[in-house]
This record gives sequence, structure tokens and C-alpha cells, in this order.
Amino acid sequence: MRTIYFLVRKEFLQIFRNKGMLPIIFIMPVIQLVILSNAANFEIENLKLYFVDKDQTSYSRLLRSKIEGSNYFVLSGYGFSTDEGEGALDRDLADLVIEVPRGFERTLVRDNSEKIQLTINAIDGTKGALGNFYALAVISDFNRQIREDFQAKGTVFAISKPLNHIKINYSNWFNPDLNYKTFMVPGILVLLVTMIAAFLSAMNIVREKEIGTIEQLNVTPIRKHQFIIGKLLPFWVLGLFELSIGLLIAKFVFDVPFVGSIILVYAFAALYLFLVLGMGLFISTFTETQQQAMFISWFFLVIFILMGGLFTAIENMPVWAQHITLFNPVRYFIEVVRMVMLKGSGLADIKWHFLIVLLYVIGINGLAMFRYRKTV
Amino acid sequence: MKNPALSINRLLKSYGKLRALKEISLEVNRGELFGLIGPDGAGKTSLIRILATLLLPDGGSAEVLGHDVIREYKVIRNKMGYMPGRFSLYQDLTILENLELFASIYETTVEKNYHLIKDIYAQIEPFKDRKAGQLSGGMKQKLALSCAMIHEPEILFLDEPTTGVDPVSRNEFWEMLKKLREKGITIIVSTPYMDEANLCDRVALIQDGAIMSVDTPEAVVETFPTFLYAIKSSDKYLLLQDLRDYPNVNSVFAFGEYLHYTDKRKELPEDELRQYLEEHKHRELEIKRIEPGIEDCFMAFMEKEN
Repeated sequence: MRTIYFLVRKEFLQIFRNKGMLPIIFIMPVIQLVILSNAANFEIENLKLYFVDKDQTSYSRLLRSKIEGSNYFVLSGYGFSTDEGEGALDRDLADLVIEVPRGFERTLVRDNSEKIQLTINAIDGTKGALGNFYALAVISDFNRQIREDFQAKGTVFAISKPLNHIKINYSNWFNPDLNYKTFMVPGILVLLVTMIAAFLSAMNIVREKEIGTIEQLNVTPIRKHQFIIGKLLPFWVLGLFELSIGLLIAKFVFDVPFVGSIILVYAFAALYLFLVLGMGLFISTFTETQQQAMFISWFFLVIFILMGGLFTAIENMPVWAQHITLFNPVRYFIEVVRMVMLKGSGLADIKWHFLIVLLYVIGINGLAMFRYRKTV
Repeated sequence: MKNPALSINRLLKSYGKLRALKEISLEVNRGELFGLIGPDGAGKTSLIRILATLLLPDGGSAEVLGHDVIREYKVIRNKMGYMPGRFSLYQDLTILENLELFASIYETTVEKNYHLIKDIYAQIEPFKDRKAGQLSGGMKQKLALSCAMIHEPEILFLDEPTTGVDPVSRNEFWEMLKKLREKGITIIVSTPYMDEANLCDRVALIQDGAIMSVDTPEAVVETFPTFLYAIKSSDKYLLLQDLRDYPNVNSVFAFGEYLHYTDKRKELPEDELRQYLEEHKHRELEIKRIEPGIEDCFMAFMEKEN
């Protein structure tokens, strides 16, 4: 015990004396969390819309005002010919163009049906699809209104059947305002905690190899578990500390709700960190320099991060990729944090996450200890 | 104390094609200050690392204090101290922190074993809150030795402890080693400096992974087969050329300002050589017979091997 105490103390002394390392550990994650959470905005607002009005009637103007009144669009221009609309699209002045044909109102009243043209810049697929979706929503709203209008006026349609359409109302559970930050911040926090823990643990042991200090330790009767605990414990503490800072920022800067039990988040993080640290330890057993350790850690982290469900929903991935994510620890932590914080899930809901991560913890640390015995 | 401190039998180590140790056999008695003398790349470090249980041999066997270096490495680690060639303590920890760390790893405390390291540690104790990385070479050595001594080892392995250390600190260091030997600790020290051989009880001359000779420094010198002459003139480079061309030359090496020369005939007719050299326009000529040193012996052994 005394030996472990001195080993842990040694690590902390070294961390706090390293003037280059301190900001990396304590300040960079804060900056990243604040910047990334604000920048990684998946909401698409203020699409630039160009309106080509060849009809210039009260109906076409009604449609235009509906679009102007929507949160999704800003009217970037207004014209009277197809060429003008296409020109705006070409010069990137518009993300989408709505063209109302000549005789729109007349045909609509006469035939109860008319077509309008929607042209969308789909270079960014997501943006294009959302633009389409938003535009259709606005148009169908317009559609409903003019029909109500017809009925009220008792025109042609008064004698036809009363309009019975279904209006769908919905509410967003667990994130009622569809605030993307509520969704993103916990995920980004998980990434930061993962990165800090994985890098620090892998680099730290390799550094001792690189500068030769490990040799002086190896000739001592130091026990393997003493060495490993002495190495992992400080970074485990740092990881939890990092998580705490992040949670405070999430709460007080981003106002992310805490529906579930905070203790559950910490319990899962405590287990999860042993998985990440074990990975770092494992990497350090087969690398000789910090550079090698850095690149190998980075290789895994990029996969973990991009396939963790933060930037692309796992449900949207191809099936083979979904299978791969089953081996991705980041995926489980992101799910747990979101479930517990936003949805208020209890232990019963995340027991599989616990079990799977526990298995990985045992696996990777067992492997690392086995390798450590062989190499050092 | 009949069992030797060190018993090495046909020890073999290769790095790929390079044979670092070629079936070395060696025995060192308890309480000896034993020197492994040889140039860089001779195999000294490989040998010490095997003995310190850091490296596995490819063949042969070695016992430290009667314990096999492979099977009983754990026992050995408790009883030995090791100082690698490169300073390997934590540079960002202070003197005291380093010492406390290693004491705790050996499950002892600095206070308890203070008497063991007092002579050495007392000299750096005034700076105990200074970081190891900020110490001078000599102070780093004292700290490294203190850390290697803190658990009362029976045997010390020192790998080139004086390489890159100034002459004053080197002398101090050897004084410390002598004091430690007086306490009965066996000390194995490697060095590329031939002049340090005289400070050891016995030495092994190592070259190309093989031991050329094992004996006391005095006895090694006595094995020198012939008379040795130191020769000096105004032009050292030309002198070397001319001596090599001299018909009866056996060997000639540059040694500081003198050239060390041996003749094929055991005793050199000095006048004849002087005449030969003067014909070759050497001025300020000086020829004198000298006692050979370890380095001369080393050269002689190397010549013989070749």
C-alpha cells in the first residue's frame, strides 16, 4: 500500500510539475467543449430561398409571405423569370428556388390543383433534404389555408365534400425544444474524457521507456500490480475530474437537463475509464516511443469518435458498420450519458451497457497485463 | 563465504548477427571491487544488463549471489543495486522525492536506512529539494548511487558510472566505491577508461564480446610480454609513419604526446633507433623505457588476438 501511495504521489507530482501538460489537461478540454458544442450545429436554419413569381396574384403573394414568415427560410431574392431563379442558384445566392407558374391562382381555383416548381441545391445532401422537407411543410400549410379560404367564401368547393384532412401534431420527448446542444454536449464530453484518458495513459508509460526511467524501476522488486495501479489510478482520478468539469459546464453554460441520477453517470464513467486506461496501457506495451503511441492511440480514437454515434447516428450506418460499433466503447458511454441525463434511465435500462463494458474492461486489462509481463 | 558473488558460465548473447557476448565465463568473489574494462561496444553493458536481470541471455548461465539470473530474478532484484549508464531517475522529482520513491519500492524508508547512504547522500542533502534534472553530473551520480544503495544491497552493478563525468567527480566517485567495498559490498563496475582499472581489485579486459584477461591490475601489467618505450619528437605524425617503417617494429601506438613502441627484439638498441630517426630528420628526439599500463596491455592483447 505504501509503495502504491508513493507511486501515485510520484505521478501527481510529475503531472503538476509539467508546465506544458497542465493546460492540456485542464484548459483544453474546457475550450474544446465550449467551442465544439457551439460549432457542431446540425440544425439547419436560415436557408436562402429565391422566389420566382410568374403569377403575381394574391395566392402567389400569400405563399411568399408564408415562406417569409417561416423560421427556416430567409428570402434572398425575388424575381419574375426562370432564368433569374437559376442564376441565383448558380451564383450561390440561393439554396432553393420556388417558382410559381403563370396562371397559378386561376388554375388552382378552376382545377383544384396546380403544380409549382421547387429547385434545390443538393451539394450538401442533408441540407438539400431538409430544405425540401421544410419547403413542403410550408407549401402544405399554404394548401390547407387556401382550402379553408375556399370553404369560408362558399365558392366552388362549398358544394363539394367538406375538407377532412389530418393535421399531425407532435411533441418531442426528452428534448422538447429540439435543442441540439442538449444532445451534443453530453456526447462531446464523453469524447473529451476518452481522449484525455487514452492519450495520457499510453504516453505516460512509453515516456518512461523513452527516457529510460522504467529501467531503474524494472530492476527493483516492484510488483506488477503495484506498477499498473500506480500508473492507472492517477489518470482515473484525472478522468473523473475532467468529467466533473464538463458536467458543470454542461449544466451551467449549456443548461443541459439532468433528469437521471448523476451517481449512475459517475458509476458508469468510473468503469468506463478503466477500459480506456487499459487500452492506453495495452498500447504502451508494444510501442517504444511516444510518437508511436500517439499515432496508434489516434488511429483508434478517430474510429471510436466517428463511429461513436455522435456525428452519425448509428441507426443510419450500414449494417456491417453497426456491427463494428458494438466494439466501440465510446458508443456505450455516449448512449448511457444521453439516456441517463436526458431520459432519466435507471440502472435497469443500462445494465447491458454496464455488463458489456465490464467485459471489455476485464478483456483489455487482462491482455495488457499479460503483454506487460512479456515485454518489460 | 565460499560461494562467489558472481559466477558466469559460457554466457552467450546475440543481437541478430552481432554476437555481443561470446561464451563468457567469469567468477567474482564476494566483497571484490571488480572492473569490466573495455572500449565502447565490447559487450560490457550487455553483460551487466544480463546480470541485473534486465536482459535474457541466449545461452550459458549466470548466477548472482548464488541465484540464477533467469529463474530467480526476483530474489536477485531484492539483493542488488543497479546504476545504468544513462541517468535514469526522475528528472522532474527532487532528490528527496526520488530517494523516498525508491525506498518505498523496496519497502523501507529513508530514515531507516539513512546510515547506509550517509557518506554519499550527506554531500547532496543540502540540495534535497532541488529537481534531479537540475543537478550537475557529479551530483546526479551521487543521487543515483544513493538510490541504488537505499535497500542495503549485497552487490552493486554500475554501468559506466564515470563516463561523461569531470575528473574531480570521477575521483570522488571512486573514493565512494572504495568506502562501499570496505562495508563488504561486492561491486561490479564497467568503464572504458583504462586508467580506472588500477583502482579495482581485479579486472576483466573485454574486447568484442570476449574476455581477454582476468586478473589484478598489477598482474595484468606483469603479463606484458616485452619492454615498452615512449618516444617523442617534434613531428608526431611523421614519427608514427617512420616508426611503422622501421624494420624491427613490433607495435606502435599514439599515447598522448608520446608514442608507445615495442620492438621485435625484446630489448631495443636505443642508439640504433635514434640514429634511424635522426636520419629521417626528427629533432628534439626523446626515447625512454617506461612501465606498461593497463592500456598498453589491452593493446598487446588485442594484437595477439588478431
